[in-house]
Amino acid sequence: MIKRYTRGTHNPGSQIFKTRISAIYQRLGDRIFALFIFSLGITVIICTVLMALVLYADGAAALSEFGFFGFLKGRVWDPALNMRFGAFPFIIGTLITSVVSLAISFIPAVAVAIFTTEYSPRWLAHVIDNLVNLIAAVPSVIIGLWGIFVFVPWMRNSFYMHIYTWCLDNFPAILPVLGNPIGYGMTTAVIILAVMIIPYTTALSVDAIRQVPKEQREAAYALGATKWEVMKMAVLPYARAGILAGVMLSFGRAIGETMAVAMLIGNKNTLPFSIFGPAATMPSVLINEFREAVDNLHLSSLMAIGFYLFIISLAVNLIAAYLQRKFSVSGARVV
Amino acid sequence: MNKNKVRLILSTALIVGLSWLAARTALARITLQGAGASFPAPLITSMADEYRDITGGRVTINYQSIGSGGGIRQFNEQTIMFGMTEAFLSDEVMANIEKATAGKAFNMPITLADVVVTYNLPAIKEGLIFDGALLADIFLGKIKTWDDARIKALNPNVNFPRLPIQVVHRSDGSGTTNLWTSYLSKVSKEWRDKIGFATSVNWPTGIGANGNEGVAGVVQNTPGAIGYNSFAYALLNRMSYGYLKNRAGNIIKPSFEATSAAADIELPEDTRILFTDTPAPGGYPVAGFAWMLCYENMEKNKAISSQQEAEELLKFLIWAITEGQQLSESLGYARLPAAAVEKNKAMIRQMKWNGLPIGRQILDR
Repeated sequence: MIKRYTRGTHNPGSQIFKTRISAIYQRLGDRIFALFIFSLGITVIICTVLMALVLYADGAAALSEFGFFGFLKGRVWDPALNMRFGAFPFIIGTLITSVVSLAISFIPAVAVAIFTTEYSPRWLAHVIDNLVNLIAAVPSVIIGLWGIFVFVPWMRNSFYMHIYTWCLDNFPAILPVLGNPIGYGMTTAVIILAVMIIPYTTALSVDAIRQVPKEQREAAYALGATKWEVMKMAVLPYARAGILAGVMLSFGRAIGETMAVAMLIGNKNTLPFSIFGPAATMPSVLINEFREAVDNLHLSSLMAIGFYLFIISLAVNLIAAYLQRKFSVSGARVV
Repeated sequence: MNKNKVRLILSTALIVGLSWLAARTALARITLQGAGASFPAPLITSMADEYRDITGGRVTINYQSIGSGGGIRQFNEQTIMFGMTEAFLSDEVMANIEKATAGKAFNMPITLADVVVTYNLPAIKEGLIFDGALLADIFLGKIKTWDDARIKALNPNVNFPRLPIQVVHRSDGSGTTNLWTSYLSKVSKEWRDKIGFATSVNWPTGIGANGNEGVAGVVQNTPGAIGYNSFAYALLNRMSYGYLKNRAGNIIKPSFEATSAAADIELPEDTRILFTDTPAPGGYPVAGFAWMLCYENMEKNKAISSQQEAEELLKFLIWAITEGQQLSESLGYARLPAAAVEKNKAMIRQMKWNGLPIGRQILDR
């Protein structure tokens, strides 16, 4: 176990500021500036609250029709004959796609971050960094189109069909779980989503790893640690709060990703979902049905789904903030 | 260059500019605000360009393609002068409007939508024959392979592969889906009782793809796929599409003429009718109107601020259902049949501004 390097908690200068505000900061210009900054900050908060309120108000008709939990648990989404709506399939779809894509993308994303910061020559790191950032810069509708015309046929012909026919011969019982190997479905969406969120985890991990103090590493090397051991014991534990922030950002991104998912997931609004077969997520049903939702209850149900999505995103952010604080290295001894 | 010369040039430019401006304002340019269905949007924008040229730049039409649902809502909220929709106003909405504006809301057909069944079968091109019952069972997931006896029975000369049928439908709410499911509802009791029709439905099977282009993409990439597209889209993308047996028992090859023929039937006065599975013997069975929405008492629409605006809107409307229809075929739309134009004119005749029958006046002029 290595006793870890500790950072000073506060800049001593900042405490002087708090105790006595110098007369120079009381001047009119400063006050106006402070007010300006303050009102802008408040605007952001007001916008968020208003957003939640509007979503709730517009979704209230559906929530009162089916009940808050009734709507949450409802498994039928029928905008035609029965006008019954339930969010459960979409919540499940959102959770599965985002969690699985996060799990798939985590190790490659962190590996890229470690490679570019610790192992690769500077020019190569530069190239990789730019390429990874490029993934984030490509509009998701482009990724979706590429998925429809290139990725899906390729996946279908090289994997899905082979796996499906193999199971057909050997494990016919598994076929319903496997689902339709057409190529538009859960697996495709999850893989594309995983690729799309890699840049977020990587970018924040790179920053976190770069911020690990030199002394931390040198101390570990001085104790005779190998490069791998330095990574494992000195660098990654120190950087883990930053990495976690990246993971949470990616998670939020995966939950909210709309266009590429809607184009590739196959959009099946009923449970059960299968591995290859079509599914749906909350954002995908929103983008699909919002434009032409003529009936009030239909529209209200979509708004209610938006409200749930808002709550889930909020929860993810809060959990992220909590975890980040819990795991951040600030003075305390870290195991 | 000396100073005087510069002054001269500048003042001339100013005078020319000012007089140009004065001339423009004297003509009182008018912008007609509309919004709604995305399906007729290319037609409306082309009509708008043409109409602006005809009026010498005096009347412009600003059409926002926000979907039928949005069109109806904004029409109700009176933020637009006319709405466009692929689903006519329901009885409830009609009654509410009648209560609020002391006059009717008019659904006036502007153009026709038609939907064809598209498929991807290796070595089989356009022209497979389907009937309604067969299509309903395919889209219900009851017929699973292409070499099914019922498909063969309608196409005895075609050698079908043993491919699974992959149903592809629209995932987004759309008028195309509304037409398609309305057709399936009319030809199949099971579809009517289990699924019904709307801009989006609870699909029993298949893959949902976003937009006409999404369905086209999936169908073209998936051997064994069957989907539905608007006819124009299938034509443009050279997709294989099927011929349908209509109610009269005739096998109809999709065409603009067959679509127009489908609407050439006994129409109700308010034209609120879904004529899928049309009784017209030469009519293509999956066709429907796209409507323009206007108030009978035009002054009640808060978006229309003057009688002049109302009159210009009426003039555009009359032009759109008559001469404007010539733009149809080149853009992939079918022309309104004479029956629909007559009903439109009857509705226009009733439109008023503060009790003044401006619709009749303009038509009679």
